[in-house]
Amino acid sequence: MSTTLDMATTELREVNTMLQTAAKAHANENYIITNARGSHAMACGLDGPLTVNVKGSTGYYCAGMNKDATIIVEGSAGPGVAENMMSGVVTIEGDASQYAGATGHGGLLNIKGNASSRCGISMKGIDIVVHGNIGHMSAFMAQKGNLVVLGDAGDALGDSLYEARLFVRGTVKSLGADCVEKEMRPEHIEILKELLEKAGADARPEEFKRYGSARKLYNFNIDHADAY
Amino acid sequence: MDKTPQTEPRQSWTFSNSINSEIRRAADTGIYDIRGGGAKRRVPHFDDLLFLGASMSRYPLEGYREKCETSVTLGMRFAKKPIELKIPITIAGMSFGSLSGPAKEALGRGASMAGTSTTTGDGGMTEEERGHSDKLVYQYLPSRYGMNPDDLRRADAIEIVVGQGAKPGGGGMLLGQKITERVAGMRDLPVGIDQRSACRHPDWTGPDDLEIKILELREITNWEKPIYIKVGGARPYYDVALACKAGADVIVLDGMQGGTAATQDVFIEHVGQPTLACIRPAVQALQDLGLHREVQLVVSGGIRTGADVAKALALGADAVSIGTAALVALGDNDPKWEAEYNKLGTTAGAYDDWHEGRDPAGITTQDAELMKRLDPEAAGRKLRNYLNVLTLECQTLARACGHNHVHNLEPEDLCALTMEAAAMAQVPLAGTNWYPGKPGF
Repeated sequence: MSTTLDMATTELREVNTMLQTAAKAHANENYIITNARGSHAMACGLDGPLTVNVKGSTGYYCAGMNKDATIIVEGSAGPGVAENMMSGVVTIEGDASQYAGATGHGGLLNIKGNASSRCGISMKGIDIVVHGNIGHMSAFMAQKGNLVVLGDAGDALGDSLYEARLFVRGTVKSLGADCVEKEMRPEHIEILKELLEKAGADARPEEFKRYGSARKLYNFNIDHADAY
Repeated sequence: MDKTPQTEPRQSWTFSNSINSEIRRAADTGIYDIRGGGAKRRVPHFDDLLFLGASMSRYPLEGYREKCETSVTLGMRFAKKPIELKIPITIAGMSFGSLSGPAKEALGRGASMAGTSTTTGDGGMTEEERGHSDKLVYQYLPSRYGMNPDDLRRADAIEIVVGQGAKPGGGGMLLGQKITERVAGMRDLPVGIDQRSACRHPDWTGPDDLEIKILELREITNWEKPIYIKVGGARPYYDVALACKAGADVIVLDGMQGGTAATQDVFIEHVGQPTLACIRPAVQALQDLGLHREVQLVVSGGIRTGADVAKALALGADAVSIGTAALVALGDNDPKWEAEYNKLGTTAGAYDDWHEGRDPAGITTQDAELMKRLDPEAAGRKLRNYLNVLTLECQTLARACGHNHVHNLEPEDLCALTMEAAAMAQVPLAGTNWYPGKPGF
C-alpha cells in the first residue's frame, strides 16, 4: 500500500513534512511522488525507515542528509543529490549532476547512469556506486568510504585524497595530487564484491583498479610545494 | 690618531629589525609564517570615533534610574523561532580542535549566564558546548567536519560560513599537533595529520545556489532555525546584498581584525578591510533593499570595550560578536604565564602560535595537561563578568546620548578624530560638519 503525493497540487513544505513525519514514526511506509518537475530539496532530512519513489527528475539536494530511508529517483537528479547522507539507500535511475554524495557519512548512493563533476567530494564514509562515468575532480578531498565507477573517470580523480577508496573499471583521464594506483588486495576484492552486489551492478571485482592516497601531503613539507 | 667622525648607525624603515627577522625565518624554514589571531597592524578603528553626548539639543537619561534596554532578536525574517538575546553581544564561532574542551565549555557557561549565544566552529558540535550553551549557533562550513542532521536540529540557529575577516577567500589548516584521537574522530580523518578546511563549499557556488542550499537547510529543520550568513570584510555592500538575496535571516560581517585559529600571516595582514570600513556599506545595502533591522547585522572583528559595542551599534549594527576578547577574558595571554611564554620565544600579549597547541593558558590546545589549567566554571564567570561590563559601558554611552535602547544609537551621535575614520564611518570630522566623500561638498 503506497501513498501518492502529487507535487502539481502539493507544496514542497507539505510533501517534506509528511515524509519526515512518516520516517520519524518508523512505520516503514511507501510513498510515491508524482510530478516532481525538478523540485529542489525534495525528500531531504528523512530520519527513519521509509521508501520513497520519485516519478521524474529532481532538482538540487534531493535526499539531502538522509538517514535510514530508501529513496528511488525514477529519473535524473540535480546537483548535490544525497549530500551529507548519513545512512540508507538512495538510487538514481538516470544521471546525477555535480557534487553527488558530497560529504556523505554513510549509506549507499547508487547511480545507474553517469555522474557529473565532483562526485563524492569530501565524502566521509558513504559508499557511492556509479554504473556509468564520472566527471572531473571526483572524490576531491575524499576522507572515508568507497567510490565505485563501472565506467571511466575524468580529470584529477581523487585530488588531495585522504582515506577513501576509489575503484574504477574503465579509464582514468588523470589522477589528482597525491592520488595513486594501489594494489588490489583480497580485502578490497571482498569490499568491492559486496558493493557491486548491493548496487545490482553487472561487473566482476577483478575488472577494477584501486586508487588511494599516497599520503605524501598529510603533513606540510616544503619539498612538496609544487603539488599545491 | 684622530678618529674620523661617523654618523650614528641608522636602521632602515623599509628593512626594519622585524622585517629582517621574518626574512631570516623564511630563509631558515622555507615556509610562510602561520599564526592565530587577526590583523595586528594599526588600522582606523572605533578608537578614532567619539560620542558627542547630550547637551542643549537633546537630553540624557539618568544612569542609575532610567532604563536603557539591550535586548535583541535575531532571525525574524523567515525563521519560526528567532533567537532572543538579553544583550547585543554574541560569542563568535571558534572550533573545538582549535580550542580545548574546557575552553568551549567556559564560553558556553559565560555566554549563557550573560544571556547571549555562543557558536560552534569547524569540527562539529561537542556535548560540552551544547550542554552549557542556552543558545548555540551551529556553523555550516565548507569542510562539513562533523556535520549531521541531528546536531543541525538541536542547534538554535545555523550560520553558513562563506568567509571570515582574517582571511576572506581563504581556507584553514589545523596542524597535526592538535589532531588528537577525539578531534580526528569528529572529523573522520586520521590522527596527527594536517587537516585542511576548504575555502569553498563543496556543493554550491554563488548566491543562486546558496539560495537553494538555504531552502534545503530550512526544509530539514522545519523552517525553525534562523539562518545566518557569515562573510569576511571584503566587498561589504555587495556581499550583504547578495546574502539577503540568498535568503539570510542574519548577516555576520567580520572585519580584518577578526581572529582565526591559524592562517598565513601574509593573509591576515594583507587581505580584507578594517571592521570600521565595512559597517556603513553593509548598512547601506540593507537600507537600499528595505531590509535594515529586518535582516539583522552582526559585526565582529576587534570588539574590545563597551565603547566599541556602542559605536558599532550607532553605525547601524544590530549586535556585535567577540572572539579574541572572549579568549582574553578566559585567560588567554595572561601575564601570569609570562615565564612559559618566554620559553616559547614570545611574551604575554603577543602569543599567537595557537596552532602549535602549546598554549600555557590551556585554551588553544588539545594537550591533556595544559587543558587542566583552565577551570571552565571560573573562566565562564570571568566571561560573564566581562560581557556584563561591555553591556554596562554600552548602556552608559547610550544614556549619555539620550537613548532608552542601545539600538537607538545613531551615526549623528558620533564624530571622528581622523580623516580616515571620518571617511570610513561617514561621520563628521570633529569640529566640522564634513567627512570625505560627503555628498554636496
